[in-house]
Amino acid sequence: MGLVVEDLVLSRGGRRVIAGLSLALAEGEALILRGPNGAGKSTLLRGIAGLTPPDSGRVLLTVDGRPAEIGEHLAWAGHLDAVKPQLTVAENLGFWAGFEGADPAAAMAALGLGAIADRPAASCSAGQRRRLGLARLMLARRALWLLDEPTVSLDAASVARVTAMVADHLARGGMAVVATHVELDLPRARRLGLTPAAGAGGAADPFLAGDYA
Amino acid sequence: MRPALALLLRDLRLALRAGGGAGLGLAFFLTCVLLMPLGIGPDLAMLSRIAPGLLWVAALLAALLSLDRLFQADLEDGTLEVLAVSALPLEAVAAVKALAHWLTTGLPLVLAAPVLGLTLGLPAQAQPWLVASLAAGTPALSFIGAVGAGLTVGVRRGGLLLSVMVLPLYLPSLIFGARTVALAAQELDPARAFLLLGAITVLSLGIGPFAAAAALRINLR
Repeated sequence: MGLVVEDLVLSRGGRRVIAGLSLALAEGEALILRGPNGAGKSTLLRGIAGLTPPDSGRVLLTVDGRPAEIGEHLAWAGHLDAVKPQLTVAENLGFWAGFEGADPAAAMAALGLGAIADRPAASCSAGQRRRLGLARLMLARRALWLLDEPTVSLDAASVARVTAMVADHLARGGMAVVATHVELDLPRARRLGLTPAAGAGGAADPFLAGDYA
Repeated sequence: MRPALALLLRDLRLALRAGGGAGLGLAFFLTCVLLMPLGIGPDLAMLSRIAPGLLWVAALLAALLSLDRLFQADLEDGTLEVLAVSALPLEAVAAVKALAHWLTTGLPLVLAAPVLGLTLGLPAQAQPWLVASLAAGTPALSFIGAVGAGLTVGVRRGGLLLSVMVLPLYLPSLIFGARTVALAAQELDPARAFLLLGAITVLSLGIGPFAAAAALRINLR
């Protein structure tokens, strides 16, 4: 199992954000994306997930030596939590568990959601909602986790829980790409620093670049 | 099948919760149709003549009412993003959500229609055709509407834009739906209009999810 990104060029809103990025990730490896706001961390994650189609280059996931459909091996946690405020915590997780055909109990326990299971998500704090959003990752055993700033609004204890969750995933042979501003305790993770200057090659659209001819 | 079923049940549950909008379409449909005799006057002969068109126009507007939230709530809280990268194809997501929309807005109209037909003095022989035409025609409203909802999902207050875009696409369903009931009321054979109505529904069931998914992909970039 492995992830290969070759010469990936990504644009967002007509501006080139990632210009020719290549990387490779093997089983049990994590990649931490660092960089200031606007450096292209989220765009790179969206590019790998296939949400943002690349201008050029490609993303290849191989399972057992064969190319695989990335959607079937991907767990996504963007900066929104995918939580329905009208449903309770248990109902929210129950939906995703039914969707993945998994048992929600372990995920519930791993992120300490048991005590608030019957509370409507609307009355949860931002940190609790974040934990509920991340609990979704535990449901299906997906090979590749893409996390966009998973620790936002989490307290120290919850950050440790999430780090442990990612470490456990890696120990089982999973892969993770994590964009973060805080230091995560993943000693073996590789790092990739993105900078707006290196990433942004100006406007991708020749019209926006002033090339009107 | 399992993810699709989970999504369908969740959408039905959300529709039944506070602010979900199930029953809203039905309430609008009832109010809209029951206002007509008050505005037009109690001339039963005239009411029974315009009843087919009236009921179908009201059904069209009722279906539009909750359409703008079809994908918008899921886009705003990030659910759509997760669904888009899940194992369930986005086409299936669109189809399931359109089906849930029909079950919560279209189906109640089908069930309530006989009462309203009676109220407007629709001839007895046209009653079964009214129910049949709504049952065969309203799925198209949800599935064509899903395309419009997919296109306007990122637009603030996209509901009005959605109405302007989708209503013209509802015309064939309206024409053949109302025609089916009107022909039955005049004791003529409504079968041909009914078959054309069904054909439009089948076509929209086939094309709608794919067009809606394509529109959603563009909005998710």
